[in-house]
Amino acid sequence: MKFKEKAKAEARIPTASVADIVFLLLIFFMVVTVFKQYQGLRVQLPAAKSTQKLEVKRNIVHLWIDRSNRINIDDVIVSMGEVYPVMYQKLQENPAVIVSLQVDKGAEYGYVAHVMEELKKANALRVNFATLSLSRGEG
Amino acid sequence: MEFGNVKRHITPTIEIPTASLGDIVFLLLIFFLVTTSLNAEKGIGLTLPPPGEEVEVSSKNILNVYVNAAGKILVKGEIVELGNLEQVIRENISRNPRLIISLKTDKKAKYEYMVRTLDKIKLSGAKKISLAVPEF
Repeated sequence: MKFKEKAKAEARIPTASVADIVFLLLIFFMVVTVFKQYQGLRVQLPAAKSTQKLEVKRNIVHLWIDRSNRINIDDVIVSMGEVYPVMYQKLQENPAVIVSLQVDKGAEYGYVAHVMEELKKANALRVNFATLSLSRGEG
Repeated sequence: MEFGNVKRHITPTIEIPTASLGDIVFLLLIFFLVTTSLNAEKGIGLTLPPPGEEVEVSSKNILNVYVNAAGKILVKGEIVELGNLEQVIRENISRNPRLIISLKTDKKAKYEYMVRTLDKIKLSGAKKISLAVPEF
């Protein structure tokens, strides 16, 4: 009987530092989080092996072109003729913008080229063709 | 004696309960965990030339890469398979480091064809890439 009592050792995990650890994680996620700003259009991006991460996050203008040739700039549906004034306005506000082209892989290239011409006119020269990353072994 | 008793009465221990702090932080943590999307902007970056700026380039410094509406690739009058394109461009650049790759895509071609060709050109290490504008 006495022996059994002795075997009841007190095993306790110190939990005092859990809050600190959680706080650290919380701060990490708070810093890293960038809320999705735009709804966009439903597009299927093409995949490419030379996909690179864009180092900036704040100066990006999103431009979607979907399969049925609809254009959307930062969640505003625009026509081809409106691309230039809208982009010009954005360049006036922030000359360092990068246009991220989220184009459906089934879109017609001629249409995309036309949009790029409008971007050139508005002096939005830094573009980024959004792609899905493809590891080097595939494809 | 009585005075001392009173004094002890007016120094109560003031404490903010912190037992629930951990729970609150946990809740916030879970919120940020759920809402965080770590997928950064990815893609192929390119700088377009300013409009109206035409630079005379001698034709021997240009390598035209044609992509037709079916996605077939033509380089120097020969059809090149997509898998070989990287190698072909690399060879041409090693022969002439000042070579400009001009990607000419049919306007009826799918965007995907242009991107996958551009991908190969980028992979070959070409720095000077030009996107020709089709008539529209």
